[in-house]
Amino acid sequence: MKAKFLVPLFLFLLLVGFLGFGLSLNPREVPSPLIDKPAPDFTLTRLDKPEQTLGLADMKGQVWLLNVWASWCVACRQEHPVLVALSKRKEVPLVGLNYKEVRGDGTIDMRKVAAENELPMAIERASDWLKSHGDPYDVSILDINGRVGIDFGVYGVPETFLIDKQGVIRYKHIGPITPDALRDTILPKVAALKAES
Amino acid sequence: MRRLLLACGLSLFALAAHADTAAPVAADPVLEARVMALSHKLRCLVCQNQSIAESDADLAQDLRAQVREQMTAGKNEDEIADYMVARYGDFVLYEPPMRGSTLLLWLGPMVLAVVGIGVLMVRLARRNKESAPVLDDAQRAKARALLEKDDKNGTQA
Repeated sequence: MKAKFLVPLFLFLLLVGFLGFGLSLNPREVPSPLIDKPAPDFTLTRLDKPEQTLGLADMKGQVWLLNVWASWCVACRQEHPVLVALSKRKEVPLVGLNYKEVRGDGTIDMRKVAAENELPMAIERASDWLKSHGDPYDVSILDINGRVGIDFGVYGVPETFLIDKQGVIRYKHIGPITPDALRDTILPKVAALKAES
Repeated sequence: MRRLLLACGLSLFALAAHADTAAPVAADPVLEARVMALSHKLRCLVCQNQSIAESDADLAQDLRAQVREQMTAGKNEDEIADYMVARYGDFVLYEPPMRGSTLLLWLGPMVLAVVGIGVLMVRLARRNKESAPVLDDAQRAKARALLEKDDKNGTQA
């Protein structure tokens, strides 16, 4: 074998190939095991009408988006204009899951917040934020302690779930939605799911 | 040496325990030890190179609280690990389960070691054979003649 001296070079190129591929991956994006599984059930207080709740069953029969947000979440501000623009198109209902509005904010010392004050505080903070930045949500619900977030496998806000008419999670977008992701991925998926019976 | 290791281990544990002071700690130290043992096997998804026992991230504290709560309710380690995997995937386990997609991960190093040792043994055996060439009588005589001639040349010079 004359070309034996090329073997190390070949192995080196193979290694470079693997490393290059590794660089193109985003380790922050952990694939969710919940894709194509029924969405976890929840019943949470509505932000607009705190005396009422919204549950998974209320959204049955619709293709809808569940967007996890919080007023303390910096990346949410980045995606917010995209959501506001989306809501004007009226193509898909958008439900906001407000995630740990008060206790998720690192600047708040929870030892100084009385338990009964957390919900009113959350409502005030979230409503104010939506007032000043625009409210793209058909309805927002409050996940005060983050338990529903855990059920949905939320590990970083913002995250967005696309849920079909049967209540099955069909897609998850991790991180802020960019206009490109909305146009090229999310909206085509919404259209395809709407066409399903 | 063993004492030193023990001291290091204990000081690490003290750090972990210290990081945990803000969260509600189970009153039962045996239960708390089980909580921390399992927490060390679960990866924090926010700071991905730390376990939820080591991480002070918000989510890690929540997940630790979940582990504590479920253990208090009588669930065992496997049930709680399944609960985490159902939500966050195999990625939360520091020790991935053996299955089709992880076979390479589990067996790869062993296969590489076996192949490496095999190649090494074959090459060594071949080299041993080459280093001791077998000569017939004619070749031996020729070699001797050459060596003697060389010696003569050496004395002449």
